[in-house]
Amino acid sequence: MADLRCEIGGVKSPNPFWLASAPPTDKEYNVVRAFKAGWGGVVWKTLGEDPPVVNVSSRYGAMSYNGTRMAGFNNIELITDRPLDVNLREIKQVKRDWPDRAMVVSLMVPCEEENWRAILAQVEDTGADGVELNFGCPHGMSERGMGSAVGQVPEYIEMVTRWCKAHTRMPVFVKLTPNVTNILGPARAAKAGGADAVSLINTINSIASVDLDVMAPTPTVDGKGTHGGYCGPAVKPIAMHMVAEIARDAETAGLPISAIGGISNWRDAAEFMTLGAGSVQVCTAAMHHGFKIVEDMIDGLGYWMDEKGYRTLDDFRGAAVPNVTDWQYLNINYEIVAKIDQDLCIKCGLCHIACEDTSHQAIAAQKADGLRRYEVIDQECVGCNLCMHVCPVEGCISMVEVDNGKGYLNWKEDPRNPMNQKAAE
Amino acid sequence: MGNQPDIRAGRLPESAYAENFSDVHPPLDRKAALIESSRCYFCYDAPCVEACPTGIDIPSFIRKISTDNVRGAAQDILDENILGGACARVCPTEVLCQQACVRNAQEAKPVQIGLLQRYATDAVMDAGVHPFSRAEKSGKTVAVIGAGPAGLACAHRLAVLGHDVVILEAKPKSGGLNEYGIAAYKLPDAFAQKEVDFVLQIGGIEIRNDQALGRDFTLTDLRRDYDAVFLGMGLGGVRQLGLEGEDLEGVYNAVDYIAELRQSADLKALPVGRKVVVIGGGNTAIDIAVQTKRLGAEDVTLVYRRGAEAMSATHHEQEFAQVNGVKIKHWAQPREIRGMNGHITDVIFEYTQLDEGGRLAGTGDVFSLPVDMLFKAIGQTMLPQANGGSELLEMDGAKIAVNVERQTSLSGVWAGGDCVAISADLTVAAVQDGKLAAEAINSFLRG
Repeated sequence: MADLRCEIGGVKSPNPFWLASAPPTDKEYNVVRAFKAGWGGVVWKTLGEDPPVVNVSSRYGAMSYNGTRMAGFNNIELITDRPLDVNLREIKQVKRDWPDRAMVVSLMVPCEEENWRAILAQVEDTGADGVELNFGCPHGMSERGMGSAVGQVPEYIEMVTRWCKAHTRMPVFVKLTPNVTNILGPARAAKAGGADAVSLINTINSIASVDLDVMAPTPTVDGKGTHGGYCGPAVKPIAMHMVAEIARDAETAGLPISAIGGISNWRDAAEFMTLGAGSVQVCTAAMHHGFKIVEDMIDGLGYWMDEKGYRTLDDFRGAAVPNVTDWQYLNINYEIVAKIDQDLCIKCGLCHIACEDTSHQAIAAQKADGLRRYEVIDQECVGCNLCMHVCPVEGCISMVEVDNGKGYLNWKEDPRNPMNQKAAE
Repeated sequence: MGNQPDIRAGRLPESAYAENFSDVHPPLDRKAALIESSRCYFCYDAPCVEACPTGIDIPSFIRKISTDNVRGAAQDILDENILGGACARVCPTEVLCQQACVRNAQEAKPVQIGLLQRYATDAVMDAGVHPFSRAEKSGKTVAVIGAGPAGLACAHRLAVLGHDVVILEAKPKSGGLNEYGIAAYKLPDAFAQKEVDFVLQIGGIEIRNDQALGRDFTLTDLRRDYDAVFLGMGLGGVRQLGLEGEDLEGVYNAVDYIAELRQSADLKALPVGRKVVVIGGGNTAIDIAVQTKRLGAEDVTLVYRRGAEAMSATHHEQEFAQVNGVKIKHWAQPREIRGMNGHITDVIFEYTQLDEGGRLAGTGDVFSLPVDMLFKAIGQTMLPQANGGSELLEMDGAKIAVNVERQTSLSGVWAGGDCVAISADLTVAAVQDGKLAAEAINSFLRG
């Protein structure tokens, strides 16, 4: 079986599956259950200064889609609401009892060097493997000048990261907020400040739903709601883009990444790792199904690696990064058309109506002897893939390359590009 | 002692009757309906719609269920089929919409369209909503014969279109086969009457019960007194075996017994034989076999002269009978009914097979089944007086000939349901006949 051992920013764990800083990692009881279940590490739910924050009820909203519960998930919970010394005592105990697991402690205190120095010393005393600076939390704490209020200002990120590196020997992870226009600003700042790794994404500003009877956003607290942080399977594409941007940026390339965002199974984890992630952090999937899901993550990833001949995580980490490029470098001469496997087709007609109503009128609806038949009109097909996505039958519609005899040509070189200087000459 | 027929009531513990005759397919609750509705692909040019005799926009109503737009879903159904509630319960969906579902090709498990239809129609009926209003009154009145599915569907559509309707129904209660003929567990809790009441909520429809064609009025009377006539009186007659001994005690027409069962206020008071034999291969045969079994008959044997695939009862219905403990014997026909002291004792059956010409023929080998009750369920016929009056309707075989608009050979007279030749012996087909005829009558009256 493949070797799943993981090392990121100097923190080691028996596998790359960590629980993200969130309710599942708020106390010893949960974390011990997680370690018993097989999780490789945790990022302990964010510690702050005493007195502890006070949370409201309710706290969660969800985006359920077509029968799938919690396709997206949203929360308005703050950082830990337990006293600091209770958390520190439990962290110390758990790390002592589970020495092989990664124990990273999430932190959020006001933006003063002394506050950071003080809490770092206390965490260091627990024997924890590292800290994660919570610059991401988008609700509640940001109103108090913490969380994403820091993460949206690269200068603050760099400054606080620098303080932390100066005041602790522990590896420093910087957790980034996605609520920015370009993730590279915060990522570059973290690197400049000396971060050992970045963790991303934190949650996205969101309103999960509106209760049409109460006329208020959910989760509704006594008739009112506030924006929360969005996570779960629905945010995975957004998270992957941001991870990939950091992995392929000249300035941040090589900066270790602990990926977060809708990771629910081994395949999600593998995808993030091919985009450069060292470890992955999970929350919503565990909150939805419990800690046992890590079993499938571990053996699923292991079997897949065995099948592909990867012995360690390093063998495929970042493998897809060189293939993430800018649009202008895509081969404009590459041509594919849809092909329908008539034996697999169940005659639902979804490919036809999607193409007919909303795309290129490239799938004909035919009827012969009362039998429906859907046929691609090759010359009309632009190879957009829409039909393949709407088709409910796996493998029924495939996209087949057309041999047009043309070689690689990108938009910069294309004579049709009005901005193309060479063509203008 | 051994020669005494064993027919008696109360064979089962008292609690068993309610259980045996309650809803055979319990309804979906909201949770289950949401899960099931999410399985629908919302097909383009959906095959299920084509397979529905009334052409309900099935993907549309299922999508509306999935968004909790149950009122919109019910409207989609009832627009095409005002008896959508009954059809959701009695339609052989396994050979109609659900057989056409594309999920069959993918996973051999169609979307449960019938149950979803029931979910939507029940919600609207239970809410006491009647989601139709009447067009401006035309001043015309149409006579409808028969308050069964064809007549009710025709009357409702005519009322919606602004015409007044008088329904003449031979039986004391309305609803037709939904009230008298369908197995009790398919339409429990007086559903047929609830649905009649629902249909009548539109207004402008008057039902006169105990009014039979040929006995209380003639077609000539109706053509004289009304602006148009719709014939939807079904089939009143029962096909006979043509064997000696058919008049012995213990020999019944299945439809008569089912009607008695359906009207019985106390099923444990209904006598049933210990050994029951049913002859026939249609849904009536299945219904009588299962219902006598559920009344406590010890041995119920259904005998059909051809193979399983030739039975007009669907595969699903045959399986249902077998699960209920009914023994089905294929390839045998009755030869002789034997009795003693005026009561049936045995039926002699002869094995059958197809001869070289593909015709059914006896093999000469026989077997005998002891019988306390024998039920004939070999089909129904139109009563001669149904084609009543001095004017003769053109017939197609033994049933009324109609064109695609359900018009008969007589001007101003339309027909639909089991009494017409092109109908498919299904509640849903009768509804479609009534609906199409109403549209044609409307064009005629407003033309």
